[in-house]
Amino acid sequence: MNANERRIAVLAGNPNSGKTTLFNALTGLRQKVGNYAGVTVERKTGVFETNGAEWSLIDLPGAYSLTARSPEETIARKALRGEMEDLPKPNLAIIVVDASNLDRNLYLATQILNMGVPSVIALNMMDQAETAGAQIDADILAAQLGAPVVPMIATRGEGVEELKAAAENGASEPPMRPWRLDDESEAALSYVSLALGRVHKEASDAELDSEAVRLVAGGDSESTPPSDEAAEAVAEARNTLSQNGHTPETFEAQARHRWIRSVTAKAVGRSENALLSRSDRIDSVLTHRVFGPLILLAAALLAFQAIFSWASIPMDWIDAGVSALGGWVGGWMPEGALSGLIVDGVIAGVGSVVIFLPQILFLFFFIGLLEDTGYMARAAFMMDRFMRGMGLHGNAFIPLLSSFACAIPGIMATRTISEPKDRLATILVAPLMACSARLPVYVLIIAAFIPGGAWAQSLSLTGLYLLGVLAAMAMAFLFKKTLLRGEAAPLILELPPYRLPNWRTLFFRLWDRSGEFIKRAGGMILAATIVLWFMASYPKLPADVEAAYETRLAAAETEAAEQQIENERAEAAISNSFAARLGRWTEPALRPLGFDWRIGVGVIASFAAREVFVGAMGTLYGVGEADDDTKSLQERLEGAVWESGDKKGENIYTLPTAVALLLFYVFALQCVSTVAVMRRETNSWRWPAFAWVYMFILAYGFAWAGRVAVAAFI
Amino acid sequence: MKTVHPLSELKPGEGGVIARIEGSVLRLRLMERGLLPGERVQTLKRAPLGDPIELALDGFRLSIRKQEAERIFVVREEESK
Repeated sequence: MNANERRIAVLAGNPNSGKTTLFNALTGLRQKVGNYAGVTVERKTGVFETNGAEWSLIDLPGAYSLTARSPEETIARKALRGEMEDLPKPNLAIIVVDASNLDRNLYLATQILNMGVPSVIALNMMDQAETAGAQIDADILAAQLGAPVVPMIATRGEGVEELKAAAENGASEPPMRPWRLDDESEAALSYVSLALGRVHKEASDAELDSEAVRLVAGGDSESTPPSDEAAEAVAEARNTLSQNGHTPETFEAQARHRWIRSVTAKAVGRSENALLSRSDRIDSVLTHRVFGPLILLAAALLAFQAIFSWASIPMDWIDAGVSALGGWVGGWMPEGALSGLIVDGVIAGVGSVVIFLPQILFLFFFIGLLEDTGYMARAAFMMDRFMRGMGLHGNAFIPLLSSFACAIPGIMATRTISEPKDRLATILVAPLMACSARLPVYVLIIAAFIPGGAWAQSLSLTGLYLLGVLAAMAMAFLFKKTLLRGEAAPLILELPPYRLPNWRTLFFRLWDRSGEFIKRAGGMILAATIVLWFMASYPKLPADVEAAYETRLAAAETEAAEQQIENERAEAAISNSFAARLGRWTEPALRPLGFDWRIGVGVIASFAAREVFVGAMGTLYGVGEADDDTKSLQERLEGAVWESGDKKGENIYTLPTAVALLLFYVFALQCVSTVAVMRRETNSWRWPAFAWVYMFILAYGFAWAGRVAVAAFI
Repeated sequence: MKTVHPLSELKPGEGGVIARIEGSVLRLRLMERGLLPGERVQTLKRAPLGDPIELALDGFRLSIRKQEAERIFVVREEESK
């Protein structure tokens, strides 16, 4: 074999079979993450070497069968057949099989074998199999299946070299479908194969046969026969099968399982399954009627605490580091447009990307832990009834919960939701959960304008959080009833035995997620930050105005006076900027909400991140950007009056306006980074645009209604 | 005389042998996952909110909703424990 030849292998297997661990063990860090063409199913590609060849390894989505009802199954089947757009037909399939649950895992494995794809079986989790009381004879199994079987423990790297050797040796073409129906039914199936063969001229007999079986089972949009002749043969075969006592939809499931059982009867010796009984004992506590939800709540609080407050420690470091770097570069570069661009545009922009990493890392550490141990499935089991109230599945719980800290890791976490419509609904409502960036805005406005003391204020804050949750639930329900309506997918949730987490797998997951965030969303966030910086800084004040400030500064005697002048200058500069012009231009539209152009600018500026609102208002009201100085900002806001219009001279920040502003922030999708991540996760601009518009309509509507209601009430 | 009952009627701890499954998409899905006629199934427990339920099958645990369990019919087996 030519040593330079790059060969293609795919990695297939059930969910929870240790597929990801094996992928990492084979490829190490030499992997890339992308999407399958046209869909949002993740595609990982890596490289590994054997003595004679270099291999591209493509991780197929986890699936239980190839009968194609979910996007994952369709992709797996098409990739194996070489029908994916940007993926040549694989030279080899490495099929990962969980040895501790062999019968179930062999369903997919034998479907792949019977397609005629040269395959190697990675008989993974041999240690677990022992605990499960299964003594597997790999040689008998290999002989029965007609493909090499390599026993292994991927978490410890055991068997990886043997697997590579088996890949190197090359698998021969596995045997055709070994299970058979009665003669009449078999004849009818072979007519279908013949008809298919006239369309797919290059296909092997095994491929045609497996396709014939799939089409006769039929039942979805992916199983339309390719020609009239084939369609006729399929209809005929369905008849024949029915007459011979088979159910066309399920004959494969029944016959294949029966055959698998005969195989494992020969290859596996069985004793008591200690793996499951141990797992059941753990579950008697963890999914207990009373303790179960309490433990889940505690776990959720812990995760939430980690993202919300522990992550703020490294975030403060990053923040401080970025300011220090900005200060250092600013001090070293000559003052001017370039220095502004570098310091306030690029460095601040990179900072605003990196700042999300601690939260993403903390969240995915927890999610990884929950998934690898098997607890995530239990959380979905316990929360399913509750989540169904909003038309979602139990596994939407964690992503929505994480969105309280930040919608970005929350949206990234929706990948654990296998149903595409559920996932989309979750992505669309995740930004309604009150993220940590809204908190400073809420606190500033509540502290300044909500009367009634600490109790009324904390009640208001709680109310805002609750409103976000209710809105998310209502909108999810609405989307699932209208836009994302589909046949309700039945819940068939595997509760895998509890396992110890694998640190290597966890590390790879964190590496993946953060790298991907930086690569995919980082550029957009950076660009947006630079645009927003430009809008807030340009055009510069005219030279004579600047000169006047300089003269006053030179004459200032105390430091306080200097600071006062600097603040005034900043206020003048931002009032003159493109952002302010845009704010003034949009003021008529915002007036019904009681917002003046300064709030408009604050709203526009907070697209970079909501908490920027506080700083922007500080600059706009000439109290400097110091956000520990909210007292003086509060005073300025309380004193602010309309500059023009029929309400000239009246206070801007009345209670109704404050309520409107709060409500606006509850609903509006004021976050470029969220939009960028939505774009990445849905693979199109359509959904982020839709989310932005619907949330803006909600924000405007609620703000207006809230203002009117409060005004009428006072 | 053997009578069949929907799986949803079994109390936690009770078991039975699957007789038939209704609903074509559901049936295929469940059969592919190993819920086949003739297989023994036991209701282990209900989720804290009453739904879904956890099933014990030979070698694995699966959870489905009541609404699906209503379409799986089993021959109840006498208290085996």
